[in-house]
Amino acid sequence: MGKRITWTTVLLVIVCALVALYINSYTSAWPKVITVTNVPATRTANLELQTVGAVGEKLDQKNPDWVSYLVRSHGEWVHTTIWQVPAHTLIHVTIYQYDSESGLRNPYLGQVQGTIGGVMTLNGKVVNQINPDSAAHSFAIPSMGVFVPLEGVNEEEAEKKHDFCEEAPCELSQAHNTISFSFRTGAPGHYRWQCFVPCGAGYTFGNGGPMSTLGYMGGFLYVV
Amino acid sequence: MDEINHGRRFTIIWAVCTIIAVPLVIWVLGPNLGYGEASNAGEDQATTLTVLAAIATPFLLLVGLYLVYAAMFFRQPRGQMLEGPAVRDDAKVQISWIVVTSITVLILAVYGSVALIQNYGDGTGSGASPLNRPSHVGLRVQVIGQQWTWTYRWPEYGGVETPGIEIPVNTMIEFNVTSLDVIHSWTVKELGIKADANPQVNNIAFAEPNRLLSFEYRCTELCGIWHGAMYGFGRVVTRPQFEEWIHKMQIKYRPAEKYLPPFALTYQPKFGSHRAGFEEES
Repeated sequence: MGKRITWTTVLLVIVCALVALYINSYTSAWPKVITVTNVPATRTANLELQTVGAVGEKLDQKNPDWVSYLVRSHGEWVHTTIWQVPAHTLIHVTIYQYDSESGLRNPYLGQVQGTIGGVMTLNGKVVNQINPDSAAHSFAIPSMGVFVPLEGVNEEEAEKKHDFCEEAPCELSQAHNTISFSFRTGAPGHYRWQCFVPCGAGYTFGNGGPMSTLGYMGGFLYVV
Repeated sequence: MDEINHGRRFTIIWAVCTIIAVPLVIWVLGPNLGYGEASNAGEDQATTLTVLAAIATPFLLLVGLYLVYAAMFFRQPRGQMLEGPAVRDDAKVQISWIVVTSITVLILAVYGSVALIQNYGDGTGSGASPLNRPSHVGLRVQVIGQQWTWTYRWPEYGGVETPGIEIPVNTMIEFNVTSLDVIHSWTVKELGIKADANPQVNNIAFAEPNRLLSFEYRCTELCGIWHGAMYGFGRVVTRPQFEEWIHKMQIKYRPAEKYLPPFALTYQPKFGSHRAGFEEES
């Protein structure tokens, strides 16, 4: 009887420890935080991003074929989606978009919202809207009212020219669209951002996989 | 032999507790149940829940108090192993219990059902064909859930789509709730509204806001990684304020209009290798 109780207790402890380890590994899988370049005198900061069709083995051995955002930090492209920016500051964002078009599910989100002037520049041209079917991804901070659609690259054309970026990090010499816009941060806090194009190919409604895993198509803006 | 009349004593305890507890439930607990009363639906829900709680209280006390009473007075004396008294059935008690509880449950069911029907669903999603539609709907708004935000379309204002919501006070609003992907649920506690947002389903809820206020809407159906962030704030405003706001929205979101499908009660999400948008359901 005593032996049975001992063994049951030992087994219970082992199971509890395994569960605790699993939960800990799950909750501690948190992308690292990148502080973006801050120019204090002008109260502005620059955020440079890249959207890619496949993050590639060099940056992510777990899910190399997932779509992802990358952020530039000290000249290097880093695979994280948590970015620290200063509060009450004008943030200039530049996104190099390398992925092909897949379309917004809700065409209304094809309109630029919440940026300075309600516009963005797409390859140097000021626009306030794109054809929602031609969006590859989008950058949105819903609680700040920021929604920016990102025009997709014409994959066929790019492949003909052999300059379609298959996996990250992509080079500026490869086919891409450059999107830039500015928005102003408010009070300190953690603001989540996400892509609204259902670009998690192969997952339910396109919103699983990279759309549902922190570190790929969604993350946080730590406003400090 | 035990000379105490446990039946009488327990009945007195139960009656006293009930006389104290029922008014407390009605006047103290009821108003603090946390339901919004800023619309006809919310008010009615608060009244219904208070009535149901008051009716259920004597039964809760009966069972709870008997448990405590039995534990106190019918326990095994310390250090003794005695055979308990024989368990005998009592047809009178059994029939009384079954009849009284059945009638009470029926009353609760009828009361709740009448409240739901009389008050146009009491703020709940009643499907595409509600049993009882108000004849005086003053405004329709479509609530669209999508992973992970809410947007709103206004059929009486050219089908403009907005990221936020403002509604006029003292106006019966018809909320047409739907989804573009998975199941969401649009819930506004202050207005007593809760309607599931299902893809390709028009789930209708009615509510008439009765005061000016800010309200919070949030998703109450676990819908993925950003479910917890799927909330926002709306306002109940005067009719002129609403008209001003919606006209501003029409101007602001005009660029998006040319790509929007015609207003429809539900939408057919498009899936495919290169087109994932939504279109009017045929």
